[in-house]
Amino acid sequence: MPFKLRTAVLSAAVIAFAASSGSAFAQKKYDTGASDTEIKIGNIIPYSGPASAYGSIGKTEAAYFRMINDRGGINGRKVNFISYDDAYSPPKAVEQVRKLVESDEVLVVFNPLGTPSNTAIQKYLNSKKIPQLFVATGATKWNDAKNFPWTIGWQPSYQSEAHIYAKWLMKEKPDAKIAILYQNDDFGKDYLKGTKDGLGAKASSMIMLEESYEISEPTIDSHIVKIKAANPDVLLIYATPKFAAQTIKKTAELGWKPLQIVTNVSISVGSVMQPAGFENAQGVLSAAYAKDGSDPQWNNDPGMKKWNEFLDKYMPGADKTESALVYGYGAAQTLAKVIEMCGNDLTRANVMKQAASLKNFTPDTLLPGVKINTSATDFAPISQLQMMRFKGQKWELFGEIISGDVLAD
Amino acid sequence: MSAAEEVVTEAPAVEAVPKRAMTLGYGTSLVVLAALILTPLFVKNFIIFQMTMVLIYGLAVLALNILTGGSGQFSLGQSAFYAVGAYTSAILMEHANINYALTLPVAGIICFAFGFLFGQPALRLSGVYLALATFALATAMPQLLKLGYFEHWTGGVQGLVVTKPDAPFGLPLSQDMWLYYFTLAITIGIYIASVNLLRSRSGRAFMAIRDNEIAASAMGIDVSLYKTLAFGVSAGITGVAGGLGAIAVQFVAPDGYTITLAISLFLGMVVGGVGWLPGSIVGSAFIIFVPNMAESISKGLSGAVFGVLLFLVIFLVPHGARQVALVAQQLAAKLKKN
Amino acid sequence: MELFANQVLAGIATGAIYACMALAVVMIYQAIDHLNFAQGEMAMFSTFISWQLMQWGVPYWGSFVLTVGFSFVAGIAIERLLFKPLAKAPILTNVAGFIALYAIINSVAGLIWDFTIKQYPTPFGSSPFLGSQLISTHQAGMIGVTILLLILLFIFFRFTRMGLAMRAAASLPESARLVGINTSWMIALGWGMAAAIGSIAGMLIAPVVFLEPNMMLGVLIYGFAAAVLGGLTSPLGAVVGGFLVGVFENLVGTYIPGVGNELKLPIALALIVTVLVVKPAGLFGRPIVKRV
Repeated sequence: MPFKLRTAVLSAAVIAFAASSGSAFAQKKYDTGASDTEIKIGNIIPYSGPASAYGSIGKTEAAYFRMINDRGGINGRKVNFISYDDAYSPPKAVEQVRKLVESDEVLVVFNPLGTPSNTAIQKYLNSKKIPQLFVATGATKWNDAKNFPWTIGWQPSYQSEAHIYAKWLMKEKPDAKIAILYQNDDFGKDYLKGTKDGLGAKASSMIMLEESYEISEPTIDSHIVKIKAANPDVLLIYATPKFAAQTIKKTAELGWKPLQIVTNVSISVGSVMQPAGFENAQGVLSAAYAKDGSDPQWNNDPGMKKWNEFLDKYMPGADKTESALVYGYGAAQTLAKVIEMCGNDLTRANVMKQAASLKNFTPDTLLPGVKINTSATDFAPISQLQMMRFKGQKWELFGEIISGDVLAD
Repeated sequence: MSAAEEVVTEAPAVEAVPKRAMTLGYGTSLVVLAALILTPLFVKNFIIFQMTMVLIYGLAVLALNILTGGSGQFSLGQSAFYAVGAYTSAILMEHANINYALTLPVAGIICFAFGFLFGQPALRLSGVYLALATFALATAMPQLLKLGYFEHWTGGVQGLVVTKPDAPFGLPLSQDMWLYYFTLAITIGIYIASVNLLRSRSGRAFMAIRDNEIAASAMGIDVSLYKTLAFGVSAGITGVAGGLGAIAVQFVAPDGYTITLAISLFLGMVVGGVGWLPGSIVGSAFIIFVPNMAESISKGLSGAVFGVLLFLVIFLVPHGARQVALVAQQLAAKLKKN
Repeated sequence: MELFANQVLAGIATGAIYACMALAVVMIYQAIDHLNFAQGEMAMFSTFISWQLMQWGVPYWGSFVLTVGFSFVAGIAIERLLFKPLAKAPILTNVAGFIALYAIINSVAGLIWDFTIKQYPTPFGSSPFLGSQLISTHQAGMIGVTILLLILLFIFFRFTRMGLAMRAAASLPESARLVGINTSWMIALGWGMAAAIGSIAGMLIAPVVFLEPNMMLGVLIYGFAAAVLGGLTSPLGAVVGGFLVGVFENLVGTYIPGVGNELKLPIALALIVTVLVVKPAGLFGRPIVKRV
C-alpha cells in the first residue's frame, strides 16, 4: 500500500511538473502517425502534369528529412516523409490526402501545394482535426485561425506582397500610370486584388490597364503589344517564371522601358533573369523573403553554405537555380523546428499549438532580418519582405524590411 | 493540289461491335454486382471513396462509349460536359440549397441539352475535325468557368466548396458508404438504361451510322437526329457523373476539369474496350489506379512509367478489356466441352 | 490603326511558330492519316538534344544538323518499335499510344533537364528587323525557314517518287501495295520526316518561348488548329493557317470587348470550327468523297 501511494504521489508530481513547464519533459503522448521511433508526415505535390516543375519542392523536402534521419532524427524519432502526386488536380488531391490520412495514417499533412488542391482538402482535414501545415500557396485565406484552426500558411501572401508594391508606388511615383499583366487564376487575381486594395482610392486613377493571360498560351507577345499601345509607365508583372521572362525580354525587344515590378514567384536569377537576358532585366524591381540559390552575393552566407552542402550531399546534380530547392529547404526546416518544439507530446493538437507558437525563427534560407512569427491568431508565418532592384547579375536589396499581414476575408 | 475529288473507301474509325457483344452475361453480371455491393463492408472509408470515384469515372467512360462505340463519333470534350454537370450540382446545392439527389437530374438534363446543341454543328464534322471541335470545347470550358460574369455563381478561379451529404433516414452508414451505395444505385440504373438503349431501335440506328453513315441514311435513318441524340445522351450521362463527382470530392474548381480529364476518360474507354459497356468500369479503374502505381514505382519518372504501362496494355490487348473477356469466355466454353 | 497594324505584325510573328508546328502536323498526317499527340513532345526532346550538344561545345549549325539527323532516325525508330506492332490495332488504340508516348517523353525530359526554363540561342539575332521593333530578325528568320520548308515539302510531295508513294500509301494503302509501294516503310519514313521537321520547329520556337519540358503544350494546340484550318493534306494550307490563327487570335484579344482577352483561344477555336462546318476539309484541303 505505501508503495502504491508513493508512485501515485510521484506521478502526480510528474504531471504537475509537466503541466507547469508544458514542454519537452511532458509525458509521452501520441496521436496516430507518431510513436517512440517514427513520425509520419504526409505531403501532396504535382510530380506529373503541367505543374510538375513544383515537384522539386517535394524532392527537396524528402532529401531534407533524409538528412535529418541520418543525423538521428528529431528528438530520437525518424521522420517518415510520404509524398504523393496530385498532378495539380483537386479531385486527385482529395484522393491522395485521404490515402495519407486513412491508409498511411500520417500525423500531419505538410506543405501541400496549390490553392485549388488546398481548398479541396481544407474542409476534410479541419473536420478530422488533422493539421494542414505550412501550405505551399500564397493565398490570403490560409490566415484564418478562427474558421480553420487546423490550416496554417507559410510564405508571405500574394496580396500582402502586392500591397507593398502599391505602397511603394504611391510614395515613389504618385502619378504613375500603371498597367498590370496577370495570370488568369487564383495566383494572378490575388495579386490584382492586393494591388487595388493597396492603392485604395487611387486605384481607379492610377491603373490604366489590366491584362490577363492564360497559362496555355505559348507566347504573350500580343499582350505586351497591347499594353505598350496604352502607354503606361509602370508595368506590374504578376506572372509565373516563363511568362515573366518572356515579358521582360519582349519589352526590351520593343525598345520600351517602363518601370517593371515582377512578382516574388519569378525572381530566380538563374531561371528568370538570365533567360530574359541580364541586359534586359536591369532596373526591374521585386521583393523577396528568401535568398536566391543562384545569386552570387550569398556565396559566403553561412545559411546558404549549409544549403549548398545539403544539396551536394543529398541531391547531387540538382539544378541550383531552381527556387523550389530554396523553398523546400526552408519549409522542411520550419516543420523540423515545430516537431522539435513538440518534444514528446506528438498529438495533433500540440503540433498545431507549436506551429502557432513560432517566435523569431529563422530558417537558413530566409533573408537576413526576415523572421517567422506565429501566434494563436496569426497564421501567416512569413509576412516580411524587402524590396530589391536587379543590377548587373544580381538583386540589390534596398529599403527596410516591410511587414504586411493581410487577414482572410 | 489537284482539284479533282478523291474517292476513298474509308474504313470506319471504330470497328463494328455486334450489339450482343456489348454486355456481359447474366451470371457474370450478378457476380460483379455482388462484389460491388459487398466489398465496401470490409474495407476502409478511403477505399470506399476510391471505389466511388471508380464508379463515377466509370459512368463518364460509359457515356463516351455510347458516343464513340455506339454512334462512331469521337470526342475529346467530355471534360466540358463533366464540368457543366459538376457546377450545376454544386451551384444548386450551395446557392439554392437544393437536395443533392435532386441536383443530379437537373445536371443530366442541362448537359443533355448542351450536348444536343453542340451536336448540331458537330454533325458536319467527323474524324480529326470532330476531335478538334470537341477538343476546343474542352479547352474553352475552364476559361468560361473562370469568367468574371459568372463569378458570383461559380466562385471564379477559387471554385466552390460543396457539403457532403449524410445518410438519410438515420441510416447507420458513414458519409462515404452512403455516397457509394447512392452512386452505385445510379450507376446500375444508367448502365441498364444504356444497355437497353443500345438494344433498342435508336441503338441500332446509332450502330448503323457508326458502321456506315451513307448506307444508314439510305436505309431511312435520320442521321442528323440520331447523331445529335447520341451527343445529347452521352453529355447527359457525363453530366450526372460530374454532379456525383462534385459531391464526392466536395469541391469544384476550373482546374479540376481541364483537357487532362477528357484525355483520361478517352484512355479509360480504350483500355476498357471501345464499344463494350462493362469495360467502362475496368477503364475507369485503370485511369484511377495506374497513375498511383506508376508513382509508387518511381516518383521522378511517374509519367514515363504510366506511359510504359499503357503501352504494355495496348500491346497485349489492343482491344482492351473486351478482348480479355472474350478470351476468358472462349476458355470457359472449352472447359465446359471437356 | 497603329495598334491594329502592330497586332497584325505581332500575330504574323507568333503565327510563324504555329505554322512551323503545323507543317510537322501535316507531314505526319500525310504519312499515317492521323494526328500525333506526342509530336510536340518529340520536338521538345529534339530541341533539348541540340541544347545539350551546344552545352558540350558543338557550334549552333553543327548541333542543328546533328539534331535534325537524330530526330529523323529517332522518329523511324519510334515507329518501328512502338507503332508498327500496333498497325493492325484499332485507330483509337493508336491514339492511346500517342498519349503514352507523350507522357514518357515529357517525364524523361523533366528528369534529365529539369523544369526550369532555359535560354536558347538563335542564329538570326534578335535585333529589330528592317527597323520594325515588332518583328525581330529571329522572327523574320523563322518565317523564312518556314517558307523554305514549305517549298521543300511541296516539291517532295508533288514531284518526287517517294513523296508521291508516301501520299499513296497513306490515302489508299491497298492500292499502293498493289503497285509495289512498301507502305510499311513509307509510314516509318513519314515518322522520321515529321520528327525532323518537328525538331526544326522546336529549335526555332525555343528562343521565343524558352526551352522547358512543357514548352510545346500550348504550341501543339495551335499547330493542330492551324493545320486543320488549312486542310490537313496541304503544307501551304498549314502555313497559311498558322499565320491566320496567329493574327486572328491577336485581333480577337484586342478588339472584342469584355471577354475577348480572356477567351481568345476559345473564340479562335470556335471560328475555326465554324470554318470547318462551312468547308469541312479546311481552306486548302481536298474534299473527300466516301464510297459506300
